[in-house]
Amino acid sequence: MSDEQVGRVSLFELALTFNHIALASFGGGLSAWSREVLVVEKGWLGEAEFLSAMTMCRILPGSNQINMAVFAGTKLRGLAGAVAAIVGLCVVPLIIVLTLSFAYFRFKEVPSIKGALHGASAAAVALTVTMVIKTGKTCLTGVIPLLLFAGAFVLNGLLRFPLLGTLAILAPIGLIWAWPREKAASA
Amino acid sequence: MSSTLLGTYIQLAGLFAMLSLLSIGGGNVVLPEMHMQAVNHRHWLTSSQFADLFSISQTAPGPSILIVSMVGYGAGLQAGGIPGAIIGGVIAMVAMVLPSATFAYTVTLFWQKAEQSKLRRAVEKGLPPLTVGLIMATSLVMSRAADHDWRAYTVTAICTVIFLRSKVNPLIIVGSAAVIGYFGLI
Repeated sequence: MSDEQVGRVSLFELALTFNHIALASFGGGLSAWSREVLVVEKGWLGEAEFLSAMTMCRILPGSNQINMAVFAGTKLRGLAGAVAAIVGLCVVPLIIVLTLSFAYFRFKEVPSIKGALHGASAAAVALTVTMVIKTGKTCLTGVIPLLLFAGAFVLNGLLRFPLLGTLAILAPIGLIWAWPREKAASA
Repeated sequence: MSSTLLGTYIQLAGLFAMLSLLSIGGGNVVLPEMHMQAVNHRHWLTSSQFADLFSISQTAPGPSILIVSMVGYGAGLQAGGIPGAIIGGVIAMVAMVLPSATFAYTVTLFWQKAEQSKLRRAVEKGLPPLTVGLIMATSLVMSRAADHDWRAYTVTAICTVIFLRSKVNPLIIVGSAAVIGYFGLI
């Protein structure tokens, strides 16, 4: 995408888009919603750019979802864009959570929407699985990528190895494999 | 504003600004420390309140780090009633977001400048396969929490097929699943 195209995104649209992502994620699946909106619907980030940023956002301190908002907002509109994205992602959810807190401390329970959230969670898992299949098709194109994928899943998912430990083992392998060689760079 | 309330706000801001920069790997990393400070040291919440608020914050829309605003609400409630609680919730959230977001902004600026660098090209080619593996790990963990029996697994499976095969807005599907859940069918 060219810079002129990027410049046309208004701060209001940025905030609105991140608000949409946040509210759509009731029951979970915020990362899948981020990809759905930022990569597929709006085309603000490329697939590889989004996926690599996602892991970097998890390594950085802070909530990875807020870090992703900073990344996308800064890319589109600089500092003001980062602020707009954070405000969009957080303000309405904050109001909702404070309302739920009020209900919890006042009535010792929250309105009975447990069943609805339970159903939404089952679909949110499906959205995340779908993201694995769709993104997997584009980037799992060789033996090394498949090994990196399987390694990350087994270590972090099955063996419950911490994220940073998993990355300390696998990220260097991925980077060495992907490091641009001189021939490839000039080609 | 009473001095107790002001003191609570300063403690909230200091605690969460510190946890913000310590939460390397995501907000969940500092949950044990948050629990120890809020429950054992400051006595803002009981342990079971903390657990309840955690489960509420996990399914509420938005970033899961919003749990900190619930802790801030509980802390402010003791010292300043409902208005004090709301301000406490906002202070906790701002303190948790600002330091790490500033750091992420600085890193992003550097990353934008490095657009043509070998490092960036290597990262954008080398990290995605790993990221997909990590997302699959996340779906496994999510599914352990969300899919309690065969009916929930069936809903997950059917939804996955719909998401892959059709262009229906995912929100309609998630909403339908929520309605099915609301009526207690899963």
